[in-house]
Amino acid sequence: MTTEAAILVPRTRRAARRPGVAGPVLAVALAILAIWYAAAVWLNGSADTDWTARALAEATLSQERPLLPAPHQIAGQMWKAIVDVDVTSPRSLVHHAWVTLAATLPGFALGAMLGILLAVFTLASRTLRKGLLPWFVFTQAIPMLALAPLIIAVLAALGLKGLMAKAIVAAALSLFPVTIAMAKGLRLPDPVQLDLMHTVFATPTQTFFKLRWPGALPVLLPSLKTAIALALVGVMVAELPGGDASGLGARLLSAFRGGRTIELWAVLVTAFLVATALIMLIAIIERMVLGSRGGRS
Amino acid sequence: MTGVRGRNGSDIDTVYAKAAVIALAGLAFVLDPAEVGLATGGAFEALVAALVLALVALVPADAGWRRLVALLALALGATGTLTLVHLPGIAGDAPPGLLVVVAGFWLAAWHLIASIAGIEQGSGEGERMRAVLVPVLLGLWALYVWEMAVVGFDVPRVLLPAPSMIAERFSGSFDILRADFEQTVIKSAATGYAIGCTSGFLLALIVGRIPYLKRGLIPFARLVPVLPLVAMAPVMALWLGSGWPMTAAVVAVMTFFPMLVSTLAGLDAAGRLEHELMRTYSATRRQMFLKLRLPAAMPLILGALKVNTVLALVGAIVGEFLGAPVAGMGYRILAELGRMNIDMVWAEIVAAALIGSLLYGLFTLIERGVTFWHPARGS
Repeated sequence: MTTEAAILVPRTRRAARRPGVAGPVLAVALAILAIWYAAAVWLNGSADTDWTARALAEATLSQERPLLPAPHQIAGQMWKAIVDVDVTSPRSLVHHAWVTLAATLPGFALGAMLGILLAVFTLASRTLRKGLLPWFVFTQAIPMLALAPLIIAVLAALGLKGLMAKAIVAAALSLFPVTIAMAKGLRLPDPVQLDLMHTVFATPTQTFFKLRWPGALPVLLPSLKTAIALALVGVMVAELPGGDASGLGARLLSAFRGGRTIELWAVLVTAFLVATALIMLIAIIERMVLGSRGGRS
Repeated sequence: MTGVRGRNGSDIDTVYAKAAVIALAGLAFVLDPAEVGLATGGAFEALVAALVLALVALVPADAGWRRLVALLALALGATGTLTLVHLPGIAGDAPPGLLVVVAGFWLAAWHLIASIAGIEQGSGEGERMRAVLVPVLLGLWALYVWEMAVVGFDVPRVLLPAPSMIAERFSGSFDILRADFEQTVIKSAATGYAIGCTSGFLLALIVGRIPYLKRGLIPFARLVPVLPLVAMAPVMALWLGSGWPMTAAVVAVMTFFPMLVSTLAGLDAAGRLEHELMRTYSATRRQMFLKLRLPAAMPLILGALKVNTVLALVGAIVGEFLGAPVAGMGYRILAELGRMNIDMVWAEIVAAALIGSLLYGLFTLIERGVTFWHPARGS
């Protein structure tokens, strides 16, 4: 480490360890795959016959409805359902992922915007801050996801179904973490900084946009990750009880009911990939917004 | 701001005055001698409350006394109007006058809560009391408005049952709720939680000793908790059947990774100086672990234990949406939704919220007791 770097980068443990993560990650990924194959052989095989190793592998790793499908079976199924099938076909996982995302993304955007707006209100109203925010924090201690079917049922009684209803569930779930984080972030500037703004005759609007807002971003952006993950799982749960025909949640249920395990795992892995992509999207935005300031994230 | 000559709100309080006038005007319309007389249940209380409110507004008084009397008056007014709205002729067909009365009390209540929230910092004790009082009052105020609106306008039960109806259903179905609690919380959530947290902790102890493995595992362990793990429920159902072991397995998977990540991070929390000090004392590896690294990890471990209580409830309830035996909170929510018994669904949700907040509160207390030494404990 050069002297200059030593000054700029605080010498934390993490900074010292940063080099060489790719190797260990790859090793762990390979280990997981190996364990998976072993588990597949063990779970799908039966103990009472004598098998040669080759016959055992063939018999356990290519079943049509295995207890635990092998990774290559899942990958094959996903390839078939994503690449081979027309994207508009109900057998396409792209189609189902899109149906779920079409509700998740607008719902998340709505919830996040409402959350930010509410947080700004808490800045203005002491009553909201002291009276409402504790209830918002309270929602994080209770299983909010269990509300998803109730919201869907109530909206259905109001005549609201499908995409709109699912988006509202996503919005309701993502609202709370964003509000809490943003309300906290907006109040981060300390009195000295606020006094400085006062000294330079900054208007309240200027104080908000030049001090409070940029100060809140490092708190807001991580909460968006939580929110978008909640929005996705909320939409998937919302697809379960309504008898939806498409969407990742609906597809999961139909594969489960039909006992099509390979397809079940393919849907599951697709849902995980979609979640990872959404989180990475927010992470990229985070890096773009915070990285340009050279600040610590 | 609201007092006319107001220093500390001690002279005339215009908001209470307006609220009292509005409430009294409304009462004048409601009190139709033919239908609702003063003798009718609730009307008298509402009238007294409005008069006391007027008194509070006009008589110069110390701000603290004014708040206390206003609070009592509003409690009386709320009781009165709640009794009124439940009367046979009024429920479902609330006269406009009653709405005006409620609007008056509504305004006064908001003003009261705002004035309590607006008290500049006093002693630590008072500050802590207000931190509880303000949200509680706001919650009660919201419940009051909810009850009045739903009963007064006869909102269909399918959309939103009144709080009183939910409470009635809650106490009336106590046996069902208890059976569901045993199935979902005791059997599945607690079992899964214990398995997930213990195995996450133990694996962290092992992985923590192998830096290479740790470096490779942490990115996975960080990613996994944000994945929709509840969707594992069908897989577990194929393996374990649709009984409580299925949801327990989902809970175990959901609680495992946060515990693993937090313990790993916690075991690294002790600084280099502390390590060197222990070495100066020629501490053994075991002593180093028990007296330095484990205590230093406690804040993070307890944090994971706390967050995991919520995840456990989510996993157990939502996991049941995918098929469970004839009991359990998640099963009941879906089944009663199918029968349009929305008040039972709400009762289950109230139960889940109660359990969730009790567990969360319990772990917050434990956290305070165990990590009293930690500098970040202030909040």
